[in-house]
Amino acid sequence: MFWTVTQTLLSGLLTTFEIFAFTLLFALPLGLVIAFGSMSKFKPLKWLIHTIVWIIRGTPLMLQLLIIFYGPGMIGWHVWSGNETGRITATVVAFTINYACYFSVIFRGGIEGVPAGQREAGEVLGMTKGQIFRKITLVQMIKRIVPPMSNEIITLVKDTSLARTIAAYELTFTGYSFMKSAGLVWPLFYTGIFYLLFVGILTLIFNYVERRLSYFK
Amino acid sequence: MAILEVNNIEKHFGSTSVLKDVSFSLEEGSALAIIGSSGSGKTTLLRCLNFLETPNGGTIKVKGETLFDASLKQKRKESELRTKRLHFGMVFQSFNLFPQYTALENVTLAEKLLAKERPDFKTAKKEIYDKINRHGEELLAQMGLAERMDHYPHQLSGGQQQRVAIARALALEPDILCFDEPTSALDPELTGEVLKVIRGLADRHTTMIIVTHEMAFARDVADHIIFMDDGVIVEQGAPRDVIDNPKEERTKQFLSRYTQG
Repeated sequence: MFWTVTQTLLSGLLTTFEIFAFTLLFALPLGLVIAFGSMSKFKPLKWLIHTIVWIIRGTPLMLQLLIIFYGPGMIGWHVWSGNETGRITATVVAFTINYACYFSVIFRGGIEGVPAGQREAGEVLGMTKGQIFRKITLVQMIKRIVPPMSNEIITLVKDTSLARTIAAYELTFTGYSFMKSAGLVWPLFYTGIFYLLFVGILTLIFNYVERRLSYFK
Repeated sequence: MAILEVNNIEKHFGSTSVLKDVSFSLEEGSALAIIGSSGSGKTTLLRCLNFLETPNGGTIKVKGETLFDASLKQKRKESELRTKRLHFGMVFQSFNLFPQYTALENVTLAEKLLAKERPDFKTAKKEIYDKINRHGEELLAQMGLAERMDHYPHQLSGGQQQRVAIARALALEPDILCFDEPTSALDPELTGEVLKVIRGLADRHTTMIIVTHEMAFARDVADHIIFMDDGVIVEQGAPRDVIDNPKEERTKQFLSRYTQG
């Protein structure tokens, strides 16, 4: 039984990992775009972005997931196929929008946190804007955002369990399913081990990145 | 002929006028010190020369070439702006060293990036980089930092950091080297080593503009003094005239505040 449960949970973990990986893949660049939009000199764009970020950060992720999944169908637009792929895709879309907004705030902090004097020092040395970004500010920005980003990314691992609300067969859902089918509670607790290991590996990666960037202050 | 001619510079931030009709010139190989209280426009003037601020009026000429003319609504193309900037070097009050690079890398970074634009860069990359590194090492040695080349900024004292910043500004061999209160962010015991280096540059007739609060130093090193107050040049001339025998009431008041300490 233990082996059967483990195998089922591993397949759930795979879905969890898919949601996690695709959300990161799309939310990181989108977050950067939103960050630049939120710093735009064009006021209407700036206000629009700030309003969107306020709405996304101001409502529960679970609610956003339900709206993304059921909303289109209610107006007769059936974008999500009823199968597992459709559910995972809807989850990734909802998560990407949500996480991109959180990331954008972190990115903005990272960009604005690099002192203006760094850019000016590059300018007076005749560097181009591109050179200043690539050679001077980028690494400093990355160093600044690693700690807050690691927080968000670890939260993302655990937020994937919300996909259960639209019946995507991720880790928590697979664990929960044994309760309904076989009256077993321990598989649900067992999922905790998987989350811990997942987050443990991420923590090691973040520690490595922080160490690699610790040679300067 | 003067190496630098600044005429009728005006600058305002919103409705606040920061520089009003500022004109002066500078001879090649001479040192100019700009003194005045905080908020008098000294730093803004330096920033205008380095194109970190755009003046609202006036002209800036270096070696007879007009680098800036407010009456021409020129499009500021990045490539042109970069070439113009290279006439000036800038040493900031807060050093602004790049923290992720060693002292030597700080000094050589800009030169290496510029070298990439040379037609022979691809074929002679190693020789070019070697030459740039040697140049950087020489400059740091000249600043008394031969032992500190591979240190990162956070491993250096404030005085050492500012000397790296001076070497970095010298690396591109600017026509005019600008210092924006180079010792104001330093502990008193560290100002001496930086002032000594600047004095050394003056002895070798480096053309310099130094914004400073160190009156004794200004009198010693500068060939010419400008006293600014409230965005205008109140008085200018040789140090013995401006500092020792000021004519204007505002200069006298300012200097008396300083000598009282």
